[in-house]
Amino acid sequence: MSENNHSSSYTPRSALAKWIDKRLPLPRALHDNFSSFPTPANLNFWWTFGGILTVCLLIQIVTGIVLAMHYTPNSELAFSSVQHIMRDVNYGWLIRYVHANGSSMFFLAVYIHIFRGLYYGSYKAPRELLWMVGVVIYLLMMATAFMGYVLPWGQMSFWGATVITNLFSSIPLVGDAIVSWLWGGFAVGNPTLNRFFALHYLLPFVIVGVVLLHVWSLHVSGNGNPTGLDVKKVDKETVPFHPYYTVKDGFVIVMFLLLFAYFVFFHPNLLGHPDNYIEANPLVTPAHIVPEWYLLPFYAILRAVPSKLGGVIVMFGALGVLLLLPWLDTSKIRSAKFRPLYRQFFFIFLLVCLGLGWLGAQPAEGGYVIAARLLTVYYFAHFFVILPALGYIEKPKPMPASIEESLESKTKTEKL
Amino acid sequence: MRIFAVTFILALAFALPTHANAATGDTPPLPSIDWSFEGPFGSFDRDALRRGFKVYQEVCSACHSLQFLHYRNLSQTGGPEFTEAEVKAIAANYTVQDGPDEFGDMFDRPALPRDRFVSPFPNSQAARAANGGALPPDLSLIVNARPNGANYLYALLTSYEETPPPDLEMSDTQHYNLAMPGALIAMAPPLLEDIVEYSDNTPATVDNMSRDVTTFLAWAANPHMEQRKRIGFQVMIYLVILAGLLYFATKKLWRGRKWQQPE
Repeated sequence: MSENNHSSSYTPRSALAKWIDKRLPLPRALHDNFSSFPTPANLNFWWTFGGILTVCLLIQIVTGIVLAMHYTPNSELAFSSVQHIMRDVNYGWLIRYVHANGSSMFFLAVYIHIFRGLYYGSYKAPRELLWMVGVVIYLLMMATAFMGYVLPWGQMSFWGATVITNLFSSIPLVGDAIVSWLWGGFAVGNPTLNRFFALHYLLPFVIVGVVLLHVWSLHVSGNGNPTGLDVKKVDKETVPFHPYYTVKDGFVIVMFLLLFAYFVFFHPNLLGHPDNYIEANPLVTPAHIVPEWYLLPFYAILRAVPSKLGGVIVMFGALGVLLLLPWLDTSKIRSAKFRPLYRQFFFIFLLVCLGLGWLGAQPAEGGYVIAARLLTVYYFAHFFVILPALGYIEKPKPMPASIEESLESKTKTEKL
Repeated sequence: MRIFAVTFILALAFALPTHANAATGDTPPLPSIDWSFEGPFGSFDRDALRRGFKVYQEVCSACHSLQFLHYRNLSQTGGPEFTEAEVKAIAANYTVQDGPDEFGDMFDRPALPRDRFVSPFPNSQAARAANGGALPPDLSLIVNARPNGANYLYALLTSYEETPPPDLEMSDTQHYNLAMPGALIAMAPPLLEDIVEYSDNTPATVDNMSRDVTTFLAWAANPHMEQRKRIGFQVMIYLVILAGLLYFATKKLWRGRKWQQPE
């Protein structure tokens, strides 16, 4: 992980450190990547979400492993084993509420992180692969969260699993066979719960692996920054990651944990669905089957398309288009700060995504469906019409010549 | 940048209460009772919990199980906090099957504090058969399993009406209840004035009994709520202090920085 443009500043101090450095220079890699790493000095609040996401992932893994020690992945026992955790395991309620709300916090952070990338053009050369690896992490997160939501084996678990796995039945010819294969039977049942548990335990570690690729790629190109300009003078424009950003990110991480704790301790069930406190019952369908809030925009897109197969294609297309984004945006300017038109379209796009999320929670009928269709069309138009066209018609605002110049022109209050 | 922050807050406002309006049908709006256990400082009214347990024990438990509770829970901190002797006496009223003994036979014995609450029916088929085909739901989680659960439960217990509108079609086993989605419920009005004899001087009105049993069931669904809120405050105070320290550390660190990579 040292292909980046900064030379290693690690000097082993003891004989043992020298001995290790010659054989497995892990301390050097850690020092170069997480301590001395030159980081632009002008990063703002929105750049702290990488650190926040790392914390979220670790919290989910640690609480998840403890939960797995007490949970029983059997359709007869799963629901009551969760109640066993909530009532009889020491601090089981705390561990489970942290884990359940942790997934919401994780998605909140990842959405801010993604929209920060969209605003500041973080996906542009030379960071295309960094962005695409990030999209892969996001997809893995959604798969993991979906399977995790099935494990308590409540009504929403069961019916959410039924709806989502049934999507695959829309594949021509082999759809039904694929769905039976996913279920391990002819309906969502014990085999489904068992494999979802196994995969829900596995995928977070896959995410860790892909996150390492994400960080690796980041450390090759270096951080972007709010000006979108490349670092020209490492000595003048960057600071070492530690202590400057470890402390600054630490502050924002603690602020984020305050929000997290507020949900865990005072509204632990606000982001969940009451129906999931009813044990799964294949004979009773809930009045409204809704996924967790972080999947709602895609649920709205899925239901906006009249044909089932079409809906599935469009929904996966809405995710897939993110992989093409680096080549759909034709502007050479990275940061929306200097792109007056894109800046406005960015906020419209943000509102469209929020609107889709809201529509995803509404019943699929009447005006809601029409609105969802309009917003879905706009969602794709943003990527396939607006972004390519803007690069040609937009007049960028005057930009500072370098990060150094923009740093000098800043007032003292804005520096933090 | 300010626009970004405003949008972020808007996004939160949008994202959070998505489920709040998902399950409202054509029922009248729920009352908003001032529950003792609401809010960040709320704790369960100990006397209401004990009275509510009595209502459950003498009325509800004829049909409704409380399968996730053990008798020992009745003496734990943050609950009704009966003494251990009282819990032993309560449990001894019930019979559980135990065994096999050394001859391989199952035998009946009085329940002990470590036993689960004894269910009124051996299985859901028996429960349906005894209740005109309707299944009385388990009440362990009922307050969490309904939107705005405590207010809903209170409304359900107090919204029975003697005379349904003449155009409403209903069978003999159904009852008219405005709080129920569809206004028809299989459960007959369970609470009648003075159906329970309270040992304190609280009048056993339908309203009081409904509040008490709702409080009891809110505890049954969230037995660690008081501990959760207490720890929550400690965590929040700790994090606020830590955030303050990190804020000033950040200020100091960045104020003195030079635009150079130190050696």
